[in-house]
Amino acid sequence: MKKTLIALSVGALAISQVQAATDITFWHAMGGELGEKVDQIVADFNASQNDVVVHASYRGNYSETMTGAIAAFRSGEQPDIVQVYEVGTATMMAAEGAVYPAYQLMNQYSDGFDQSAYLSTVTGYYADANGNMLSMPFNSSTPVLYYNKDAFAAAGLPDRGPKTWEEMGEFGQAILDAGYDCGFTTAWQSWIQLENLSARHNVPFATNDDGFTGLDTQVVFNDDLQIAHIEQLAKWNENGLFSYSGRTSEGAARFYSGECPMITASSASYAGVRANASFNFGVSELPYWASKIDTPQNTIIGGATLWTLRGHDESHYPAVARFFEYLSQPEVQADWHQFSGYLPITYAAVELTKEQGFYANNPGTDVAINQMTAVEPTANSRGLRLGNFPQIRDIIDEELESVWNGDATAKQALDRAARRSNQQLRRFERANR
Amino acid sequence: MHDKSVFRHRLLPYLLVAPQLIITLVFFIWPAGQAFYQSFRVEDAFGFSTEFVWFENFIYLLSEPEYWTSVRVTAVFSGLVAVSGMALALLLAVMADKVVRAGRFYQTMLIWPYAVAPVVAAILWVMLLNPSIGIITYWLSKLGYQWNYVANSGQAMTLVVIASVWKQISYNFIFFIAGLQAIPRSLIEAAAIDGARPFRRFWQIVFPLLSPTAFFLLVVNVVYAFFDTFAIIHATTQGGPGNTTKTLVYKVYSDGFVGLDLGSSSAQSVLLMIMVIALTVVQFRYVEKRVQY
Repeated sequence: MKKTLIALSVGALAISQVQAATDITFWHAMGGELGEKVDQIVADFNASQNDVVVHASYRGNYSETMTGAIAAFRSGEQPDIVQVYEVGTATMMAAEGAVYPAYQLMNQYSDGFDQSAYLSTVTGYYADANGNMLSMPFNSSTPVLYYNKDAFAAAGLPDRGPKTWEEMGEFGQAILDAGYDCGFTTAWQSWIQLENLSARHNVPFATNDDGFTGLDTQVVFNDDLQIAHIEQLAKWNENGLFSYSGRTSEGAARFYSGECPMITASSASYAGVRANASFNFGVSELPYWASKIDTPQNTIIGGATLWTLRGHDESHYPAVARFFEYLSQPEVQADWHQFSGYLPITYAAVELTKEQGFYANNPGTDVAINQMTAVEPTANSRGLRLGNFPQIRDIIDEELESVWNGDATAKQALDRAARRSNQQLRRFERANR
Repeated sequence: MHDKSVFRHRLLPYLLVAPQLIITLVFFIWPAGQAFYQSFRVEDAFGFSTEFVWFENFIYLLSEPEYWTSVRVTAVFSGLVAVSGMALALLLAVMADKVVRAGRFYQTMLIWPYAVAPVVAAILWVMLLNPSIGIITYWLSKLGYQWNYVANSGQAMTLVVIASVWKQISYNFIFFIAGLQAIPRSLIEAAAIDGARPFRRFWQIVFPLLSPTAFFLLVVNVVYAFFDTFAIIHATTQGGPGNTTKTLVYKVYSDGFVGLDLGSSSAQSVLLMIMVIALTVVQFRYVEKRVQY
């Protein structure tokens, strides 16, 4: 009897706590192990205090999550927080009435908010024209090069990745000479071989400071550097020095299997490589053309950030701010960074990871962060802000495939991609003016 | 006064057809109307600014070479899927019809793939034909043939056609075998006694008698190739390489759901609707004339 009473009162207490708490919905696109990690982070947050309960739910891949949230917004059922990939930035920004900018939210509801605590190369991508961050950084990554140390040894190559694209050609040839059919492959070709290529060489990808300062942007990625780069890749593609594997990260499987001893891929692929590679591997920076520049610029990011949506009861926003505060804590960030290979989003998290000895014990995990922070970002390496960017990525993928297919030259393909991209930009301008 | 004796109550017939009408209205007429309305507008993703633009979306589409590529791809793809799917199914049905021993077993096995969801069918073929881990890819490379459908457009088309046909073959098979079994044996036997060889018996007796089935399947298969193969393309090539496997339905999806360009996407679905209506009319007016019931 006594036990039942205690159980009842405990139950009642639990219920009253739940009722007092603010419920926050959080839609994300992290599937698999990353999704489990997000669930764990959310559960830890919920357990850490009694005022806010975050309900996280997986909503499919990035584009499904974003379109789902937009459709939900249009019918008044939107989540409080939605994870949006970097190419969705312009769409979210253009929807001023739908978005609660992160800097406003945090200044209003969080005491210790200081934007300079976050990596500028991350916040820069998601900042408005005045440099204020509009969404909360969460999972950002940047391209790096992974290489198969065993294959390098077999091909008589040094124990390091190629620094430049010139070296990439030499190393690749040595690998082919050693009997491999494939020198290197790439994931996310638009992101790595065009967007980051441009940023790393401090060359514009689009006018208006890569789209940051106006809607009347034109892409200019069909310029000398980009054409020369794609032309070289096309040549390498003929003898297998470069081999195309697909639009997203399909190439990773060819790296894991040892078929292609080098791959340019996201820093967030680290966990996958560690889990799947049966050989010793190394990580090095994304190569640059030594014939074009002496010192490479920083690379730009990919991945996603968390956007707060308007249209909820005012009581929700302090709760959202509190969750963001929790996510930004060095311990939480460092843990997420070390688990996933995504960048730590605050300088404090970088320091903490260093102190914990993670970089020393896992060589290569600091490559991405060094590459991002080695130099000050310029207008050409801050990020990209293009309307209809998901379509533009598709267009670039399609046109580059016609190069790998042998149907078009680099110049033809890039010119056509630029023409089609500009049409998309005009359509976006038309819909959002 | 004959019809009055069937339905005494005046409302009853309306009541009886109401469920079907409501479903048609809610799930077909209303969305189609929405698409029609949306196709005349340009709108941002969130729907904050909307503008009525008359035919701008259509003009934009029709002046795009990529749209015409998509039309061509759809025509080639649907043709391949419908023709090879029906031919193979007919061949299998004729053979299964001839089997005396264990005939039921073969029929059941042939009907099986239909129970598989399109995405699952696609994944299955991707597993077999994946450029890096596919077992068939491995065998082909042993034979000296490089299979890499992510970079080779002909191979990509082959892959989506194989997966789509494999999935639909069972459906065609069921109808063909039912059609074959409905043909009176006496007709074939009479022809045989008259000295007609099997090939001639098939073309002059069996095939004409199957023509209503074949016509029905042609309509169904074209509609299948247009619409139901979306999941297969989505799970295998995503329209690539280039846009060599981007069918019209896939383009509606990628522009509307990924690209959030609702105006263009709606205009595409309106055009698609018109195309399918036109195609069906043509089939019923011209192809059906050759059908003997």
